[in-house]
Amino acid sequence: MSLGPHAAFILAAYGAAVAVVAGLIAWIWLDFRAQKRLLGHLEASGVTRRSAALKEPA
Amino acid sequence: MALVDLANPTRFLALAERVLPWLIAATIFAFAVGLGQALFIAPDDYQQGATVKIMFVHVPSAWLGMFCWALMSVAALGTLVWRHPLADVAAKTAAPIGAAFTFLCLFTGSMWGRPMWGTYWVWDARLTSVLVMFIMYLGLIALWRSVEDPARAGRAAAILTLVGAINLPVIKFSVDWWNTLHQPASVFRLGGSTIDRSILVPLFAMAIAFTLLFVTLHIAAMRNEILRRRARTMLMLQASAQGG
Repeated sequence: MSLGPHAAFILAAYGAAVAVVAGLIAWIWLDFRAQKRLLGHLEASGVTRRSAALKEPA
Repeated sequence: MALVDLANPTRFLALAERVLPWLIAATIFAFAVGLGQALFIAPDDYQQGATVKIMFVHVPSAWLGMFCWALMSVAALGTLVWRHPLADVAAKTAAPIGAAFTFLCLFTGSMWGRPMWGTYWVWDARLTSVLVMFIMYLGLIALWRSVEDPARAGRAAAILTLVGAINLPVIKFSVDWWNTLHQPASVFRLGGSTIDRSILVPLFAMAIAFTLLFVTLHIAAMRNEILRRRARTMLMLQASAQGG
C-alpha cells in the first residue's frame, strides 16, 4: 500500500480517528466501572432504591 | 417486547446486556471489512491520489455528526412532549459521541484540505456550519454539566437541541445555497451518485462500521447514565435518611 506524497496527512487523519475512537471507548468503559463500583458500595452499605425495596418480600 | 417497554430503564438495562456483546462483535467485523476495503482494495483517485483514503473516515464522521444531532432532536421531543423516561438519557449520552465524530469530521477534512485545496481551513458555508454544530455540541455538554438536576437540565438542553436542529438543513444544503469551496453533494443526490463504484463500496462499508460503532457506544453510554441516576437517587435517599 503506497500512500504517495501526502502520506503524513493520511496517517494523521487515521491516527486521529483511532485516538478519538479509543478515547470514547476508554471513557465509556471507565465510567461503567466507576458507576458499578459506586452502586456496589451503596448497596453494601444497605441503601436501596424505593422501587427495589418494594420488590423485596415483606 | 414492544418498543414502548424500552421506556422502562430496568428493561433497557437488560436489553443492553443482551445486545452489547453482539453489537461489539458486529462492529469489529464491520471495521475489519471496511478498513480492508478502504486501505487495500479501493484504488487511488485519478485526481486526489491516495488522499481519497481520508474520505473513508471523513464522510462517515460527517454523516454521524449530523445523524447524532437528528437523534438528539427526536429525543428532545420525547423529553418535552412525552416526558419519556429515557429520552434525555439518550440525548445527554449522544452529545459527547456526536461532538467526537464532528471533531473528527473537521480534523480529517482539514487534513484532506491542505494537500487538495492548499489550505487547512476556509470560512465557507459548509465548513462554518459544521463548526457551528461542533460548538453547539460543546455548549450542550456544558449545559448538562452546569445544572445538577438531570430533569431540569434535560428540558433546557432539549430546547437548545431543537433550536440547533435548524442548522442541519443549513449544513446539508449549504453547498447548494452558497458558492462554496466544499464540493456539492456527490453520494446522495438526484440523478444518482457521482462517485465510482470502486470508491463508493468501501465508503458504504466504512459508513456501516462507523454507524455500528455509534450504536454500540450510545447504548453503552446510556447504560452508564441510567446507573449514574440510580446511584444519585440512592445517595439522596441515604442523605435524607441520615438527615431525618
